[in-house]
Amino acid sequence: MKKDLLGIDDLTRDEIYLVLDTAEAMREIGQRPIKKVPTLRGKTIVNLFYEPSTRTRTSFEIAEKRLSADTLNIAVATSSVLKGETLADTAMNIEAMAPDMIVLRHASSGAGHLLSRICRSRIINAGDGMHEHPTQALLDAFTIREHKKRIDGLKVTIVGDLMHSRVLRSNVLLLTKLGADVWVSGPPTLVPTGIERLGVRVSPAIDEAVTGADVIMMLRIQQERMHGAFIPSLREYFNIFGMTKARVARAKPEVIIMHPGPMNRGVEIASDVADGPYSVILEQVANGVAVRMAVLYLLAGGADAD
Amino acid sequence: MSKWILRGGRVVDPANGRDGTFDVLIDGGRIACVGRDLPIDGDIKVVDVPSGLVVCPGLIDMHVHLREPGHEHKETVATGCAAAVAGGFTAVACMPNTNPVNDNAGVTGYILTRAAEANLARVYPIGAVSRGQQGEQLADIGELKAAGCVAITDDGHPVATAMLMRRALEYSTLFNMPVIEHCEEQTLKADGVAHEGFHASALGLRGIPGEAESIMALRDIALAELTRGVLHIAHMSARQTLDAVRYGKSRGARVTCEVTPHHFILTDEMLGAPVAYDTNVKMNPPLREAADRDAMLAGIADGSVDAVATDHAPHHADEKHVEFDRAPFGITGLETAVSLCLDRLVHAGVVPLSRLVELLSVNPARILNVPGGSLAEGAPADLTILAPEMRVTISAAAMRSRSRNTPFDGWKLRGGVAATIVGGCAVYVNEQVSLQL
Amino acid sequence: MDADRIGRTLARIAHEILERNRGVEDLALVGIRTRGVPLARRLARAIREIQRRDPSTKLGVDPGSSAVDIPTGALDITLYRDDLMRTAVGAQPVIRRTEIPFSIDDKRILLVDDVLYTGRTIRAALDALIEFGRPKAIQLIVLVDRGHRELPIKADYVGKNLPTSVSQSVQVHLMEVDGRDEVEILES
Repeated sequence: MKKDLLGIDDLTRDEIYLVLDTAEAMREIGQRPIKKVPTLRGKTIVNLFYEPSTRTRTSFEIAEKRLSADTLNIAVATSSVLKGETLADTAMNIEAMAPDMIVLRHASSGAGHLLSRICRSRIINAGDGMHEHPTQALLDAFTIREHKKRIDGLKVTIVGDLMHSRVLRSNVLLLTKLGADVWVSGPPTLVPTGIERLGVRVSPAIDEAVTGADVIMMLRIQQERMHGAFIPSLREYFNIFGMTKARVARAKPEVIIMHPGPMNRGVEIASDVADGPYSVILEQVANGVAVRMAVLYLLAGGADAD
Repeated sequence: MSKWILRGGRVVDPANGRDGTFDVLIDGGRIACVGRDLPIDGDIKVVDVPSGLVVCPGLIDMHVHLREPGHEHKETVATGCAAAVAGGFTAVACMPNTNPVNDNAGVTGYILTRAAEANLARVYPIGAVSRGQQGEQLADIGELKAAGCVAITDDGHPVATAMLMRRALEYSTLFNMPVIEHCEEQTLKADGVAHEGFHASALGLRGIPGEAESIMALRDIALAELTRGVLHIAHMSARQTLDAVRYGKSRGARVTCEVTPHHFILTDEMLGAPVAYDTNVKMNPPLREAADRDAMLAGIADGSVDAVATDHAPHHADEKHVEFDRAPFGITGLETAVSLCLDRLVHAGVVPLSRLVELLSVNPARILNVPGGSLAEGAPADLTILAPEMRVTISAAAMRSRSRNTPFDGWKLRGGVAATIVGGCAVYVNEQVSLQL
Repeated sequence: MDADRIGRTLARIAHEILERNRGVEDLALVGIRTRGVPLARRLARAIREIQRRDPSTKLGVDPGSSAVDIPTGALDITLYRDDLMRTAVGAQPVIRRTEIPFSIDDKRILLVDDVLYTGRTIRAALDALIEFGRPKAIQLIVLVDRGHRELPIKADYVGKNLPTSVSQSVQVHLMEVDGRDEVEILES
């Protein structure tokens, strides 16, 4: 493994499988009466969150605590960014306290790359701007593999705000690396230029995109980002791209529906789909802890000389 | 030494149709004579030009940001001029987006005073089109002209409205000054930070399409036609803009354009590698894709492009040491341009040396209506001595500019500057060459 | 040791287990990954076989019932190792699943490993086990004890004491993992 996990590109195909296999073992720890192993005892992990994120931060924190690491949360509201300190200065200050890992969530794409150039600590990207969210893609892959026993050859359809989604980018990189047939669909105003060069099929016709799908992954429509007139209204978005039972019926009968959360019911996904039998949305959350434990464990060991 | 002779160098002086071995006699800071085997009186100092070096009219960088007044932590007139002469430029034209903005004779005079103190390169201030570059009311352009400005621009931003641009193009004809335009349709640019394309998409960076530039160029070219005003398009980057310029020229519009070395060499691939999110590849206009880069080279080769300028935009290291989307746009260029041009244009076979001299000297002088660009008798003795075969390794740390923000650090190039002569005085001599200046 | 010898050794240990515990009540086997796991399964089979042949060994169990299967689990101790992350570079050891599909509370746990050496693996295994509950007792079974203990740990059942030097290594091969049964000493 490389020193840091900044994006899926940092992982080879074999390393992705290693993470998924390790996560299988880690999941068992969560089922024990004492959900804790001493593996990262004495390691200090800083969760540096420049964006509010209850879900991802909590998931990392539980993973860290189950591995017995000492964790420290630095959230934007209490941090020195408000005092005008740069990310580089904040990083150097944290680095001076010699943590072993920094889990970074930041609104700027590439913030982890900047940190990586400054810090000796290992950096785990917990979401950088519109760029990547690698642990989300890993837990998604873990969830898919659990249900489908494979990823190679599956038709995975990702629907929603493709442009602003770091979940999309990480998932596309990971799923294509593992041989899935990835389709993406969304309003043309929210399709990033040149995305097809990542090896995906772009189809604005959602009914075509979901037909025969093994997996449907819905992306969040970030209402705060919709001021740029990307879509006329949330109501119209739901009518055209919302995941309804009728649309799900076009997919394979055993299709699974995924969503990285937090969901907007009635915007990108109908409630009866979100709560339906094919929905694995809560499993994704549960699997997130095991996958993050695996990533923390594997990165803690040391980087291959590179 | 008021009277001296540069003997036996290859002289490339396209304005006078010269390309061959000549002697250049300099007297009182002016070109006295250019000819073969000029007679040597007793009191003339003789400087022999080693073979392989090229004597040409002084290079003029028509687009630099000297940052003074107001941003002296990035650059000053003195450090900018030191960088200019080290880069082979005998003159630079500096943009008005200082603080305060160069929209009045006071600021123009201040810049010229600082330039005189530095006493290195000639400095030609460019005034603002609009007061405070606010895009509302024309600056006192006559006053700026009288104080020494050679052109007007709202660079950093486009001229805000079509009406203001129309007025600027009309009014500036009174003073024979071009309007230099930073072409950018701002609603289309929005909060973009990189060229809109695959690389920006993959890295999650907000894009700026080439059309943000070409749409504004088309507006301005139409207005130049309407007004018969003189328009110069700065730092052209998009192939669509080049098409617009060709279209304007074909219709007889008075339009010229410049391209920077980074736009004819680099592409948006640099966003991801070798260093991902390197803020030293963030500039405006952004590095575009290979088709645009190739179009710029084609435009240079076929004559559609009039000038090469650097858009030298120094920024302090601290300002660049931030997240990509928060970093300021711009890179330095004065000390890399000649090596880049010789290597990537001349040695690469895009243009002959004489055409490069036109791009870097003859045409900038013509567009800005300033002296230079020619070794005619009586012209100021502003000369650049090029060393086209010199092996150069770009070193940001060794630069004279106060800032180090260049993506070319460590590049190995063929071609460099041997010496820079302004008004008959050597203001820069490269230690690597044996020139007794 | 060859296959036959390994088989006989395990049979003997199975007898010892039954003798010492006077039956199978509350017993459970936990093998340490990798090779402790097949050894634990073989012991479970051996014990079952003895009970089948000699019902008197079903002490503590209703004599009329059939042979009792001893619950058997697998323990991966990687996460409890004391040598993790002691070097700055190198890949982490691969982690496999721990599967203990029964409560260990108040059980007599028979912990099984192939080779007892420094004792550090057993220390890690004890730590791991105790996090699953509170067993009544833990007994240690090893196929080979090669000496050189670094911790105060002693096996309750030893297949064979094998004096070795530190420069040697003891390799246990088992059919289930390696395709053959053999114990060999390698010079490093």
